[in-house]
Amino acid sequence: MTKHTLSVLVENKAGVLARVSSLLARRGFNIHSLAVGPTAEESISRMTIVVDAPELEQVKKQLHKLINVVKITELDPMTAVEREIALLRVSTEGQKRSDVLEVATLFDAVAVDVGVSTIMFLVAGAPDKVNDFVELVRPYGIVDLVKSGRVALARDQKSRKLRAS
Amino acid sequence: MSTISGAQAVIKALEREGVDIVFGVPGGAILPAYDPLFDSSIRHVLARHEQGAGHMAEGYAWATGKVGVCIVTSGPAATNLVTPLANALMDSIPIVAITGQVATSSVGNDAFQEAYTTGITMNATKHNYFVTSPDDIPDVIHEAFHIAATGRPGPVLVDLPKDILNAHLQWHEPPTLDLPGYKPTVEGHPRRIKEATTLIANAKRPVIYAGGGIIKAGASESLRKFAELTNSPVVTTLMGLGGFPGDHELFLGMPGMHGTYAATTAIQKADLLIALGVRFDDRVTGNPDFFAPHASVIHVDVDPAEIGKVREAEIPIVGDVGRVLEQMLEGWGDTKVVDHTDWLEKVTRWRSDNPVRYDQQPDGPLKPQYVIEELYKRTGGDAIVVSGVGQHQMWTALHWKFSRPREWINSGGLGTMGFGVPAAIGAKAGMPERTVYLVDGDGSFQMTHQELATASEEGFPIKIALLNNGVHGMVRQWQTLFYGKRYSGSVLGRDSVNFPMLAEAMGCVGIRVETPEEVGPAIEKSLSINDRPVLIEFVVDPEEMVFPMVPAGGSNDQILLGLEDLT
Repeated sequence: MTKHTLSVLVENKAGVLARVSSLLARRGFNIHSLAVGPTAEESISRMTIVVDAPELEQVKKQLHKLINVVKITELDPMTAVEREIALLRVSTEGQKRSDVLEVATLFDAVAVDVGVSTIMFLVAGAPDKVNDFVELVRPYGIVDLVKSGRVALARDQKSRKLRAS
Repeated sequence: MSTISGAQAVIKALEREGVDIVFGVPGGAILPAYDPLFDSSIRHVLARHEQGAGHMAEGYAWATGKVGVCIVTSGPAATNLVTPLANALMDSIPIVAITGQVATSSVGNDAFQEAYTTGITMNATKHNYFVTSPDDIPDVIHEAFHIAATGRPGPVLVDLPKDILNAHLQWHEPPTLDLPGYKPTVEGHPRRIKEATTLIANAKRPVIYAGGGIIKAGASESLRKFAELTNSPVVTTLMGLGGFPGDHELFLGMPGMHGTYAATTAIQKADLLIALGVRFDDRVTGNPDFFAPHASVIHVDVDPAEIGKVREAEIPIVGDVGRVLEQMLEGWGDTKVVDHTDWLEKVTRWRSDNPVRYDQQPDGPLKPQYVIEELYKRTGGDAIVVSGVGQHQMWTALHWKFSRPREWINSGGLGTMGFGVPAAIGAKAGMPERTVYLVDGDGSFQMTHQELATASEEGFPIKIALLNNGVHGMVRQWQTLFYGKRYSGSVLGRDSVNFPMLAEAMGCVGIRVETPEEVGPAIEKSLSINDRPVLIEFVVDPEEMVFPMVPAGGSNDQILLGLEDLT
């Protein structure tokens, strides 16, 4: 199934996350990732939802029926900035430490916690970059992994024109 | 400035919304609100069960077009409301439910009579509120009524913890609506309207497929004008019956699983489907892959999510169906419709050649259809007709000629057995001058018949035609047709309950009818009694089945008109 990224502005009220996730479950749409946080406006939060759905029209329309949902935008990866953060604890037992650090350097991954036999990295960037890093360090042994879920915003209309010209 | 309690604010807010009657059952957490209710101009009707209170609010809303209100306590009372809420959500009935909740300090602690009401009803309401500050009460109640009544109508629940009801607040006027995410579209898009007009004018085999939206929007008169202007035959769904005159020459009846041959077939042969306030329900479409295979679709609905949900629309129009019909009529000008006399001749021939039929022998078992036709004759069709869910509901839909909106009240989408008795009480409460006749089945009736006590005690002289066949008739019909006549778990027993005695025990008049010749006089008698509810038990033939029928999931091209089509 295709993954779609939705940027959903919701009223910052108790229970809104439950309404959104419950609706998606009820209508049979699978949530791949969901990130929620405040916007510059105190009364409004933004949810970035990545859903698996054959077509998005029904998802959008059903979400719109929620009274607390203010605005829904489907983000096209070509015209949006999408980012993700991952924290990974990678095993460095044996002679692996310098190899792991070398890969990390290539990905601008920062060592945020160094232990006797593991290093925790923070890697941030486009979802593909984060995924690539995860795959490259996987052979060394990933002890723990957490991802933030995707966050995204549409690019400025103007910058799109400039890039086109 | 003086303050009032949260409880007083609730009642005051209800009064401000113009509420004159509420249906409810009191209990611990909602008790504070019952105290100011005692002094209010609002009448309280004490239901015997919270589900009854909910369906009464629905019956009231359906009959009057106003928002129905029910009020119950926390925990089991709130969970008992789930069925009416889900029913109201499916059938787009505007109700507001007020529920008590345990004090905020106890919420989440598994306190006595605590249930997570807003969580449980999240998917059974259009919206719900958990009130955490008494100051919010005036605005929340106002928003609840606004949301329930506008756009696609539906149920809204307001959950009020006991300490919030007891706390004090400063009342304020006027109430504010703070709903940045809720702006229903009313006007249809002018370009779409224009496109629709062109398509309709050029259609050779148009069919208007009208639903409950017509009734909710108060658009029956516009629909009649529009059908006559475009010379298009009209079918109405179960929810839309009465939205178009049942005796009109353009009317073909109800389509679908138990629809008329003419209505169902007209859709199958149409080249244009003008869908007005409908949702392409599976009971109408059968297998959607085979539904209206030759038709382009114009779909008008106030709920954008219904458009394209089941069937792609060539011309989608989001808007209030009443307003959109007005726009079409206004913009029609001198547009000429293509001559489709032969189409009209064809559909009217289907109608006359395939009437809904049954066979009542003078000395044979009593047929339920005969009872309904007698009822129609003896009342002159001048009644608000309510039903439960099952065979009796389909027979009523097929044999009663509904001619005016809001005179047919039943449970469509959710198919809630037990809807009948309380909904009839709600309808009578809203329209005390009208005759309210409930046609019920013995299975459906026994799910909520305790509300007969409410009807007699509170003075709602409803009339009930109870079609007793002693079985869950629709279940039995399927078992007859698809399960080799193995009647597993569907036999109630025709003599299991003495229904006239039961009615008498609850302060109603009870009559039993067993033969065709007793039917007319019994109905006449029921019509002459207006100081008490009347129940007539009609002991009917359990073998009788609802036809026409399209088996579930089948194509609407294969309609069974009677048992003879099964071989």
